[in-house]
Amino acid sequence: MVTYIIRRTLAAIPLLFGISIISFAIIRLAPGDPTSLLMDPTISGADKEKFMEKYGLNDPIYIQYFKWLGSFLQGDFGTSLIRKGVPVSEMIMNRLPNTLLLMITSTFIAIIISIPIGILQASRPYTRLDYSVTTLSFLGLATPNFWLGLMLIMAFAVHLGWFPTGGVATLNADFSIWDRLHHLILPGFVLATADMAGLTRYMRSSMLEVLKQDYMRTARAKGFKESKVIMKHGVRNGLIPVITIFGLMLPTFIGGAVIVEKVFAWPGIGLLFIDSAFQRDYPVLMALTMISSVFVVLGNLIADILYALIDPRIEYK
Amino acid sequence: MTQPKLAPNNLHMQPISEKRESIWKIYGQKFLRNKLAVFGAAFLLMIISLAILAPVITPYSPEKIDLLNKLQPPSKEHWLGTDEFGRDLLTRLLYGGRVSLMVGFLSVLGAITIGTAIGALAGYFGGALDAILMRFVDIMLSIPSIFLLITLTTIFQPGVDKLILIFALTGWMGTARLVRGEFLSLRSREFVLASRTIGTSNGKIIFSHILPNAMAPIIVSATLNVGSVILAESALSYLGLGIQPPTASWGNMLQNAQNFTILLKAWWYPLFPGLMILMTVLCFNFIGDALRDALDPKVND
Repeated sequence: MVTYIIRRTLAAIPLLFGISIISFAIIRLAPGDPTSLLMDPTISGADKEKFMEKYGLNDPIYIQYFKWLGSFLQGDFGTSLIRKGVPVSEMIMNRLPNTLLLMITSTFIAIIISIPIGILQASRPYTRLDYSVTTLSFLGLATPNFWLGLMLIMAFAVHLGWFPTGGVATLNADFSIWDRLHHLILPGFVLATADMAGLTRYMRSSMLEVLKQDYMRTARAKGFKESKVIMKHGVRNGLIPVITIFGLMLPTFIGGAVIVEKVFAWPGIGLLFIDSAFQRDYPVLMALTMISSVFVVLGNLIADILYALIDPRIEYK
Repeated sequence: MTQPKLAPNNLHMQPISEKRESIWKIYGQKFLRNKLAVFGAAFLLMIISLAILAPVITPYSPEKIDLLNKLQPPSKEHWLGTDEFGRDLLTRLLYGGRVSLMVGFLSVLGAITIGTAIGALAGYFGGALDAILMRFVDIMLSIPSIFLLITLTTIFQPGVDKLILIFALTGWMGTARLVRGEFLSLRSREFVLASRTIGTSNGKIIFSHILPNAMAPIIVSATLNVGSVILAESALSYLGLGIQPPTASWGNMLQNAQNFTILLKAWWYPLFPGLMILMTVLCFNFIGDALRDALDPKVND
């Protein structure tokens, strides 16, 4: 088991290495060499040479890559091109709590809605209920979630006035949990829908598989109530494969957060990313692309390890 | 133990049909039995023909500004109302449909070509080539696609043609994995070994023996991918990074609709472009699912 975890972790390293090479290559694709972005264009030839030397721009490309990677690993993502001198890491750290809050909330919403629905569907398969939920999840998969956000803003914020149209909190108001929750509900729900359809489907098929097992029949034969059979013997086993899907859903989730933050003017990482795209602030774009990819790799890794830990039937050598 | 009774021979009672049914006819019949898919295909055909015939259908120009008629509700003159520049919304939806559908189809065509080529090479030749290509696929799949798309569109400021290229270059990995899997399992089948023993070239084996057998899953994934490219394009255009105004696309029509006054007074403006995206993607998903069931020999009715 321990060797499996170690081997899996080591296998993630070349992946991260590859991601860093691609990220670096994309930075170099950006138009204009870094000097033109950082310097006064009227600078003389000799001064330009000095500048190039100082920032290591005369080094061979692979030395530049390793220098960049080295500082990246130490958490130094460079400084913003637009907000002169502000470290990218500081900009990201300022926004990170908002994004985490949003993502945790919507994961919670997705779980409390999808898992029970999936279980219900599996325990009454091929009924009207099952088909209606399947149709709904088809609709969910086809709905652009920024548009869903727009529609909900139109209905519940603009016309009914039940929720604010965006932001994390009321401006110039004292901190209150209720106010924060009030702002969280719509964006949290919209982001949750990104994964809800997949999660429900997955839970349903996983439960259907479990319900066919011998131990379910045995549990029924022992005279347990059906609800107890399903909840105690079924759900526990049915949840195992669902845990892995969380890791696999992380890319859609992070991507969804970018769009949802834009729709709801939610000042998180995603909004920072989009604003930086419009300002051509390449260091911020690259740092965020790298970090989100690292999260995806880590998510997959954790999902794999959890799967191994939870399911004792699988032996890992 | 008694001999098991032989099944009564009914063959002489029913003459065997002279003509064998072609496999595509069977696929077609299976597909037609799926009502949702037939509905999806019909609806999609309607959207495509309306988009192509746009200049014949509407008398308005998609880009001409008419400020006297801005934000008109749906009426006899403007069936779906007008936008904040007085442009007819139905007209813009039809012309926008051309762009969105074209980006969807061509991007997937590109992605499928790249993915099939890479998957075929990896699966057929195996070994180090396979390992390198598949690690590259792993790496590309680890970068959340929206980040990659936004970064690339920021750098290149693409027009429609380059945008299609960007979608193709960032969307081929799923197909590559799928095709590799098919090739891995097909390359050791008897018919492939047989043609190898008679000296058929690798190229010919790949193109005329293995690829046709791997077409079914490729078609299914292509169909489903068109839907997801349309969704991604609409998201990018909504953010203002995809199709640039004044050219209409379903996504960029929603960009301007997010405005308090418009949301308060002109519900039709944000509603219809989103519905078009939803219906189109839904149709592609219905068709893709039905194709999967029809083309998969393991699924029997």
